[in-house]
Amino acid sequence: MELVKRLLSGDMRAAARLITHIENELPDAREAIRLIYPHTGKAHVIGVTGSPGSGKSTLVDSMITEFRKKDKTVGVICVDPSSPFTGGAILGDRIRMGNHFTDKDVFIRSLATRGALGGLSKATKDAIRILDALGKDVIIVETVGTGQDEVDIVKAAHTVLVLSVPGFGDEIQIMKAGILEIADILVVNKADRDGADKLALELTLMVDLGHEEKADQKWKPLVLKTVATKNIGTPELIETIERHLQYLKSSNLLEINHKKNIEREIIELVNEHLINHLLGIMKEGDFEKLIEKIVEREIDPYSATDEILKKLYSN
Amino acid sequence: MSYERKIRILVAKPGLDGHDRGALVLCHAFRDAGMEVIYTGILQTPEQIVETALQEDVDVVALSLLNGAHMTLFPRVRQLLIERNAEDTIVCGGGIIPEHHKPELIRQGITGLYGPGTLLDVIINHVVERVKKERWKIA
Repeated sequence: MELVKRLLSGDMRAAARLITHIENELPDAREAIRLIYPHTGKAHVIGVTGSPGSGKSTLVDSMITEFRKKDKTVGVICVDPSSPFTGGAILGDRIRMGNHFTDKDVFIRSLATRGALGGLSKATKDAIRILDALGKDVIIVETVGTGQDEVDIVKAAHTVLVLSVPGFGDEIQIMKAGILEIADILVVNKADRDGADKLALELTLMVDLGHEEKADQKWKPLVLKTVATKNIGTPELIETIERHLQYLKSSNLLEINHKKNIEREIIELVNEHLINHLLGIMKEGDFEKLIEKIVEREIDPYSATDEILKKLYSN
Repeated sequence: MSYERKIRILVAKPGLDGHDRGALVLCHAFRDAGMEVIYTGILQTPEQIVETALQEDVDVVALSLLNGAHMTLFPRVRQLLIERNAEDTIVCGGGIIPEHHKPELIRQGITGLYGPGTLLDVIINHVVERVKKERWKIA
């Protein structure tokens, strides 16, 4: 495949076009992944997540600058939400990264969620693979602005940064389950604002408590303060990110986590394939009729599911 | 599986022009028309715009300029795209464009060239029609 050949020789435009093919689920996208898959698995994938307006894009911009100082090549994937009504999207994360647009060793691509929940888009994982095969040393994945429960980034990234900013609620918010639990590094951004020290302290206390409970867990999430607009704290952040990768390698967790993620991905793919297959073998209109029956309360959702599954077994 | 193909459009403001209200309104309108809109802010060089267009693999680059430099900057963007073998990327423009400048820009493939007061639907239709014809090859 011509595009794959170009991608493997480092052609940025082939990468851009292949990501489009993946996003649009074109027939040759799958073949492309098959061909590039042996060439992936080299890049360090870093996830950046946090609430809207917490400064994710600005922090990514500052991270790119630091990585470039170390001569690392960088790929960035920024995910923004699609409208549930029109399907349109404003992809505006790049606006913070203008300094790097003409740097040949930085590739930035914006993706719309296209209906996916969980903070990423369906194409994100394959987009990471494409940038990996393109030869980027580091791939930064910026999620949509997240709330409490969009944690898909753990399935895609080696190192996860969760951003918090002062003024977003009290310590009860910090105790809640979900997004803060997935952090390898907790970043308090906009740390020049009032309340930053208090937030950092509360996050540290949370981490300390959780860490005592699980004595076997060796990596203790670190709390770092940054002012991304001024590049304050970013060098320390990059250093910590690199230390985390070393830890993953030495503890064998890199491999263990990778296996877990592959397992989850395969289950998701089989799931999706099965559903499409099932809906495909149903006679035209049967599905709609079944839905109608449930709406009219002639049948309950579980019995309807059984009826659909019967088709699978009889096929 | 069928999928709904999305138009990807880059809205860009080249050069020394901070008047982005029109560009922002257009971003919103394109979004509401179901497009995926990449916006990179003001004060972009043609080189930055073209790199963004290529990395984002957009169908359309929509340029907005109100400072009078459109006869330099619009063709420069188009030229850079051609140099990078991306002449199939559609370039549209708009802003304050005097009537007598339009034929030359259109000759170079830069179309639309709408000014203040244009109905949003007119602009959206123009973009959709060009994409269908030139990118998707649907007449």
